[in-house]
Amino acid sequence: MGMKTEEKLIVKGKRLDGRKPEDIREMEMKVGVIPNANGSARVRFGDTIVVAGVYGARPLFPKHLQESDRAIIKCRYNMAPFSVEDRARPGPSRRSIEISKVARLALEPALFLEEYPETVVDVYMEVLQADGSTRVTGINAASLALADAGVPMKDLVVALSGGKIDDTIIIDLCGKEDNYSLADIPIAFLPRKNEITLLQMDGQLMPEEVKGIIKNALKSGQKVYKKQKETLRRKYKE
Amino acid sequence: MMTEAREVVLPGEVLGTTKEIRASYGTFVEDDKIISKFLGIPKKRGDYLSVVPLSGVYVPKRGDKVIGFVTGVEKVGWVVDINSPWLAFLSLSEAVDEFVDLKRTDISRYYDVDDIIYVQVSDMRGGNVQLSMKNPMARKLKGGVTVKITPSKVPRLIGKSGSMINTIKEKTKTMIRVGQNGVVWISGEKIEKAIKAIKMIDEKSHVIGLTEEISKLLSE
Amino acid sequence: MRPNYILKVLESGERVDGRKMDEFRKIKVETGIIKRAEGSARVRMGKTDVIVGVKMDLGTPYPDVPDLGVLRTGAEFVPIASPDFESGPPGEDATELARVVDRGIRESDCIDLEELCIKEGEKVWMVYVDVHTINHDGNLIDASALAAVAALKTAKIPKLEDEKIVRNELVKKLPIKHIPVTVTVGRVADNLIIDPTKEEEEVLDSKLTAAVMEDGKICAMQKSGNYPLSTEDVEKMIDLVIKKEKELRKHL
Repeated sequence: MGMKTEEKLIVKGKRLDGRKPEDIREMEMKVGVIPNANGSARVRFGDTIVVAGVYGARPLFPKHLQESDRAIIKCRYNMAPFSVEDRARPGPSRRSIEISKVARLALEPALFLEEYPETVVDVYMEVLQADGSTRVTGINAASLALADAGVPMKDLVVALSGGKIDDTIIIDLCGKEDNYSLADIPIAFLPRKNEITLLQMDGQLMPEEVKGIIKNALKSGQKVYKKQKETLRRKYKE
Repeated sequence: MMTEAREVVLPGEVLGTTKEIRASYGTFVEDDKIISKFLGIPKKRGDYLSVVPLSGVYVPKRGDKVIGFVTGVEKVGWVVDINSPWLAFLSLSEAVDEFVDLKRTDISRYYDVDDIIYVQVSDMRGGNVQLSMKNPMARKLKGGVTVKITPSKVPRLIGKSGSMINTIKEKTKTMIRVGQNGVVWISGEKIEKAIKAIKMIDEKSHVIGLTEEISKLLSE
Repeated sequence: MRPNYILKVLESGERVDGRKMDEFRKIKVETGIIKRAEGSARVRMGKTDVIVGVKMDLGTPYPDVPDLGVLRTGAEFVPIASPDFESGPPGEDATELARVVDRGIRESDCIDLEELCIKEGEKVWMVYVDVHTINHDGNLIDASALAAVAALKTAKIPKLEDEKIVRNELVKKLPIKHIPVTVTVGRVADNLIIDPTKEEEEVLDSKLTAAVMEDGKICAMQKSGNYPLSTEDVEKMIDLVIKKEKELRKHL
């Protein structure tokens, strides 16, 4: 964040990969990719690829972790060692522990956990290839996986990153943009009522700019939502 | 033959309003909107709108007849896996009519680990599922094989008044028991063919024209 | 029983200790309290008590920024501070707190990391900021962030003699460029509150933490809690952070 670069990140209204500021990268989504899981999905935003798997609701042990009136949701965000340029040491890092927590909080409000007391819904996100915005890609995949698993939901969860490079507001930051941008704001929300379930920020922006980026991301997120809906419907089309 | 899929609805999708119809299983109400909880097929029955999920775990309901696997023998009953996020318990008093002298009897002589039983859910409270074999249909299932299907697809497998399952039984010369929990027990002649048909129904339950496809498969 | 009572009080726009919804508890900041640390601060907000120590050491820079010193922030929720804390490595809450405090410092360019370069690509000063909870009565993030910045502001770099650190000779101040201030706003029912106690935190729907620089720019944000926020909620919470940060800044 805020690294200095001689390179101009926006030239004549075009970003490094040729996108316009409001363009989301090419999206690819598919559900039912892990036969052993109750639900799963693979989501690609440009070169960022995340696979999500859901196991559950299933029995939870040890008993003292159980909630008598609802299921608990556990979330694990993990990066494969080969997903980044400099090999990442396997195992949880502090970054992945934090992301696991905020991702869980991004998904939980969408679920009817009261229907499965004393059980657990396990959500796993594996980053296979990282090129920026991995946590929001993971949340998009997890949302599809939860729907695929038949976990009752109030709404799907849509996630997207917004930011600013040079003087321009952009959407869906790739890796390089993430490193050099003036700000990176990952957001997740429930699309029916535009309820925000994840909001973080790195960077430096005046408060009004922050508010503008949030509004913009919610609007652009509708495109991601549309793709999620098509992906789920496609599973059951012959 | 063209196969059409029934219209699939998504979690969070608005299906109607409470002014027009009543909300039932698989939906919830927000303000006056009826919204789907699942990726599933909407069903209108009389005044009620429900959504049948296309996937999901089995949630036991009182009265359900299920097929379970005995996983543990305790002092006064058995722990049973009923293909659900909760373990179930079959107590001695619900399973055996005669008097049992616990001091001298090892109850595994009645039901032992790995036995397959056709039982009824007598109670489901919080995380506790109680089973009973008092229903005359309850019994140990001997021999045969079991397969699992998505629990919400059991009605499709059974068919209207049992039409679908009876067709499969006749054409494959098998005995089949379908548990409401998605566990199916098959015994008899053309077991492989029966399993194929059952799996096809599980995968294509949403397809219109499935009945014809199954007939074709069974006639081969 | 207690949580329901507190919730009722908060829902009616009041607080059990009589504070206004947007009022901080009594704040006390002391610096230079740990002799062995190169910088230190203790912050008390009401009964919440945290100590942050700054330790300096020599190390190698990150390969992609060979001319910059290194900042590392950690936090420990030690069991002594609360019956809810267990021994062992930092859990997700402590990890999150460390990263949020770090974000405020890092993104604001608080420390002049360029000045901490001794030999480009080979040797730089490492700045370790460690948060140690002493008593948990809510709002650990704001207290920890305030203590961290207070500790950094008063920290000194030890003498280097023949490439070795002379621990008890502190020769110059740690170069500081910007001062971030972190404020967390909680939401319960339709009310926003500042500086919740531990009991109040337990009944909050959601929280939004933001770090603000002296020029009014926001440099870090983190939403936490189980409930979603509307865009209006977020905007109101951001406005409240901007309003209240000046009060905390006075203590630095």
